[in-house]
Amino acid sequence: MTDLIERPSTEAVPGHGAPTHGDDDHAHGGDHEHHGPSGILKWLTSTDHKVIGINYTVTSIVMMVIGGAFAEVIRAQLVSPTNTLVTFQQYNQLFTMHGSVMIYLFVGPFAFAGLANYLVPLQVGAPDMAFPRLNALSYWLYLSGSITMLLGFFVTGGPAAFGWVGYAPLTSAINAPGAGPDLWIGALMLTGFSAIFSGVNLIATIFYLRAPGMTLFRMPIFTWNMLVTGILILLAFPVLTAGLVMLYCDRHFGTHIFEVQGGGVPLLWQHIFWFWGHPEVYILALPFFGMVTEVIPTFSRKPLFGYKGMVFATLTIAALSLGVWAHHMFTTGAVLLPFFSIMSLLIAVPTGIKIFNWIGTMWGGNLVFSTAMLMAIGFVVTFLIGGITGIYLASPPLDFFTHDTYFVIAHFHSVVMALTLGAFAGIYFWFPKITGKMLHEGWGKAQFWLLFIGTQVFTVPLYIVGLHGMPRRMAVYPNNPSWQNLNEWSSVGALMIGISTLLFVVNVIQAYRKPIPAGDNPWDASTLEWFTSSPPPHHNFVSLPPIRSERPVWDYNHPDAPALAHGHHETATPPAAPAEQEAHA
Amino acid sequence: MKQESVILLLLGVFFGFIGVVYWGWGHEDGGGIMLLGAFLLGMLPGFYYLWWYRKSGGNRPEDRDDATVADGAGVVDAFPSTSIWPFVLGSGCFFIVLALTFGTWLLVPGVGLLLSALIGATAESRRGGNV
Ligand code: HEM
Ligand SMILES: [Cu+2]
Repeated sequence: MTDLIERPSTEAVPGHGAPTHGDDDHAHGGDHEHHGPSGILKWLTSTDHKVIGINYTVTSIVMMVIGGAFAEVIRAQLVSPTNTLVTFQQYNQLFTMHGSVMIYLFVGPFAFAGLANYLVPLQVGAPDMAFPRLNALSYWLYLSGSITMLLGFFVTGGPAAFGWVGYAPLTSAINAPGAGPDLWIGALMLTGFSAIFSGVNLIATIFYLRAPGMTLFRMPIFTWNMLVTGILILLAFPVLTAGLVMLYCDRHFGTHIFEVQGGGVPLLWQHIFWFWGHPEVYILALPFFGMVTEVIPTFSRKPLFGYKGMVFATLTIAALSLGVWAHHMFTTGAVLLPFFSIMSLLIAVPTGIKIFNWIGTMWGGNLVFSTAMLMAIGFVVTFLIGGITGIYLASPPLDFFTHDTYFVIAHFHSVVMALTLGAFAGIYFWFPKITGKMLHEGWGKAQFWLLFIGTQVFTVPLYIVGLHGMPRRMAVYPNNPSWQNLNEWSSVGALMIGISTLLFVVNVIQAYRKPIPAGDNPWDASTLEWFTSSPPPHHNFVSLPPIRSERPVWDYNHPDAPALAHGHHETATPPAAPAEQEAHA
Repeated sequence: MKQESVILLLLGVFFGFIGVVYWGWGHEDGGGIMLLGAFLLGMLPGFYYLWWYRKSGGNRPEDRDDATVADGAGVVDAFPSTSIWPFVLGSGCFFIVLALTFGTWLLVPGVGLLLSALIGATAESRRGGNV
């Protein structure tokens, strides 16, 4: 079935209320009515970006729960130095699957294909993604990749056990025989293509389907970040996929690309992997930067401080992120230390700009501490901890000292737990738009405090025990003074994080059992997705407001409040001045 | 389209620059080649969009600060609202990947599903519809 989609030709008139109430009968020039299939067939055949976005979001949250369950087992094993809850081999499989599920199946897909799929077309005023069927294919590849990864638990020998980075020669046919490692490779190929297709779709949608007046520099920051993420995906993921093909050939067709025996170079895998892997860090992070950049101004009741600076910082981060890969390889003794160290330290600059801008946005604002806002602030704080410890690691002498200890584990868990907080900031912010229902703030705040405090209780002991020299990837550890104690605390933190997730599930269930209608724009937010109904109709918009700034819905809803109560902080983002604007493309 | 192309070109130039520095300094081929790829991935689409912008003569409504909703009215494109083929194609890829692990016989359903999806989706596109 195809629909010929027209853009709304009517401009909504200020003061007459948003003419969008969920009913799309007269939505698109009247040339079609939407009688799609329902139930399971709807799920299998839909090409609507909103349905696909929800599929992605739900699947990736399920993956978060699965990966989190592995983490809880790991932390249970580590509560005492010589625990025997799992065997050494099972421990290796657990941390490999924990890392792989979390990175490949949770954070990335949640961010660049879940919420982004749902939101980017809405934020630019488009009826759908540019390639709806490719979009659906992305999801099916992602789902089958996830199943492939988890199938490892059901084959003889169990899943892969060589760590989420799969370093050669651990991955060779001799060191890692069996089906599990092949399933790991296959899963990454499937999810890799899925990511590439999502990247193509994001870029094409943003380049070709923006509404009139929605110039690049009026796009919401979330959409900007998704554009840059899309570009990074296209630069990085093909490299990983190529590496996986080589790895598979090494294992099965007798090539020796990564094997010393046949003249291959094991270190090449590390170059390839991290050429993908470090940009991947930003592919994972930028979407969450984008989410909190929508949340913070909304709940500070101010325009974003430094819009252009934010865009510039995002582009700079993306550019630099391709030149830092070997900071993961400092200790190999075979990389250009000064080059990679300088590039890595430079990334701190644009990242600092962002943190500065978030604080500048809150400064002097009318802060509303909703759950989404708390999660966003929790993100900034936790990310700052992870970022600062990352600066230490970018310095080779310090990295020589801490490499492969729990200090590194703590560093990147500050980062990924920040992303998890960011994910919930996004969920609490957009849940009303997506479902038309509100989440409960009380449950939400309880979840926030457990998650936020739990994160620090989980990571801080790991920093300390890492500085004491405790190595990562070990099922048992020496009973040095205070090591057990620190590990116990870390496990308590992990438990708090686990319980916080349960609170979220309760919250969602109660939102459906006792629904509170959300209305179109419950937060008085300013970007286009808040103009249409909640949830939006098929193909999104019945009418559009004039787009004269990066806050079109705010301009529309507050026609007589061009200047806001913000004082002197928004040099980069003057509120709309429709008449005077000149075309300067 | 001009700003879009400039962004890609700037990224490409930057990757070219660090590629030269990196390779000239360390003579490590793997990274050098990957940065060359990144350079091309910025330059090729960047120049394409620039060419396209020149050829189509200026700015689209979405590139203009002063465009009104009416400027953009009209047909955007034909969008599929439902299609079974992505699912069929995805299942085909799933079986093909499982064949990497469990044996070549899985290529039979895999390639079968893949081909039927390609034919089905192409036929669907003929009747109008986006990729
Ligand atoms: C409840 C939250 C979490 C807990 C308690 C937790 C716990 C752990 C622990 C203890 C390790 C070290 C295992 C070892 O080296 O022996 C680990 C490794 C890892 N975690 Fe987490 N984690 C959590 C959340 C996450 C999240 C959200 C992500 C990513 C988005 C993540 C990604 C990773 C990765 C990539 C590794 C490295 C695996 C490897 O060494 O191959 N974790 N986690
Ligand atoms: Cu890195």
